[in-house]
Amino acid sequence: MHYYNEEDLARFGDIAKYQPALFEKFMAWYQACQDEGALSKREKALIGLAVAVTVQCPYCIEAFTNSSLENGSNMEQMTEAMHLASAIRGGASLIHGIQSHNAHDKVSM
Amino acid sequence: METGVQITRETVARRGADPSFTDRLDTPDLRSIDIRTLQVNVGKLCNQACKHCHVDASPIRTEIMGRNVIDACLSVLDTHRIPILDITGGAPELIPDFRYFVTEAKKIGTEVIVRHNLTVTFELGQGDLPDFFAANRVALVSSLPYFLQRETDSQRGTGVFEKSVSALRRLNAVGYGTTEDLTLDLVYNPVGAYLPPEQSAMETDFKRELVTRYGIVFNNLFTITNMPIARFDEWLYRSGNRERYMQKLRSAFNPDTVGGLMCRDMVSVDWQGRLFDCDFNQMLGLPLERGRPQTIFKFEKDVLIGRAIATAEHCFGCTAGAGSSCGGAVVN
Repeated sequence: MHYYNEEDLARFGDIAKYQPALFEKFMAWYQACQDEGALSKREKALIGLAVAVTVQCPYCIEAFTNSSLENGSNMEQMTEAMHLASAIRGGASLIHGIQSHNAHDKVSM
Repeated sequence: METGVQITRETVARRGADPSFTDRLDTPDLRSIDIRTLQVNVGKLCNQACKHCHVDASPIRTEIMGRNVIDACLSVLDTHRIPILDITGGAPELIPDFRYFVTEAKKIGTEVIVRHNLTVTFELGQGDLPDFFAANRVALVSSLPYFLQRETDSQRGTGVFEKSVSALRRLNAVGYGTTEDLTLDLVYNPVGAYLPPEQSAMETDFKRELVTRYGIVFNNLFTITNMPIARFDEWLYRSGNRERYMQKLRSAFNPDTVGGLMCRDMVSVDWQGRLFDCDFNQMLGLPLERGRPQTIFKFEKDVLIGRAIATAEHCFGCTAGAGSSCGGAVVN
């Protein structure tokens, strides 16, 4: 038994089982966000991949890896996007170090 | 050890007719509406052995077209005034009568397209190919799956990218891509089990990257879907991707592509002179509709037009997304 099953990605629609109206609204939003707009579909796929790595969703990582490839990105570009997202995540942790500095300064002479 | 050819035959036997494709059409079947292109596959001999090749072509293949079949093709082009001859292979330049075929076709006023793999120009005795092509005003369609070395070599073999770049520079030097009647089109294939990107966006990238990195120019980029046939099909099975790839093709079925499918206005000829609806059906051994001429020697244009095109599950490869043909995407 493991918690993530590859086949479950194709079963995403089953989430509609108990709240179909909410899932329908979610899917409309989700699809619309990926349509060509002020950003290209390729840019959106790279953002999706970067976010997927950041939130560590294996389904999203697979989906947006394929989406990035199918929108013409290469692994150099995709890896840069993943590094940026990870660096921001790292930076977000590190900036909290200032909280520690502040706490230290407060109690120190 | 199994060869790709054996696997292809087994695959056809296993699949049989696939009603699921025709079920998706608005009409009971798919029919030919004209014959504007005679696409001639002159054989399976090639200097490369690409991983995605639906022909299973390689340097060890011996099936090549003889002069008698070529003469029959020329006679058909002349008699029936078919405007376009599309020569493919393998590497068509490697057959002994390739240059005869091209020059004779040009004499009768046919537009000649050659599917040229670029690297063949570095084979013994082929160094003057750019000059030969230019002198005969041959339109070239050449595969370059990506503008980076790793992706290209991964699909087409180690060292192919570097040779391809050199060959493209030679073609530019004789006027291809820069002169109005010397057309150089490139072909993008996905390097794996996924669909091609949107064609015009990819063309913009290719043009920018090739001119910036290597000083190369070309006319159009065609994005072509990999077909689940022969060597690519074998790879799909081996890598565990086949089921999902076929599901992806089926899910991406686009009814708007059906009107522009290449099989509707062409006939494909194999190295022995047998006729097929397209090069893919040729490789799968799917014959033309019964009761129609089956060889180039018995070609009758009026009897071939209107035939029901043989379809199977690989046809989803031509109808997925923006569609796929020898001229790239079918719809915008």
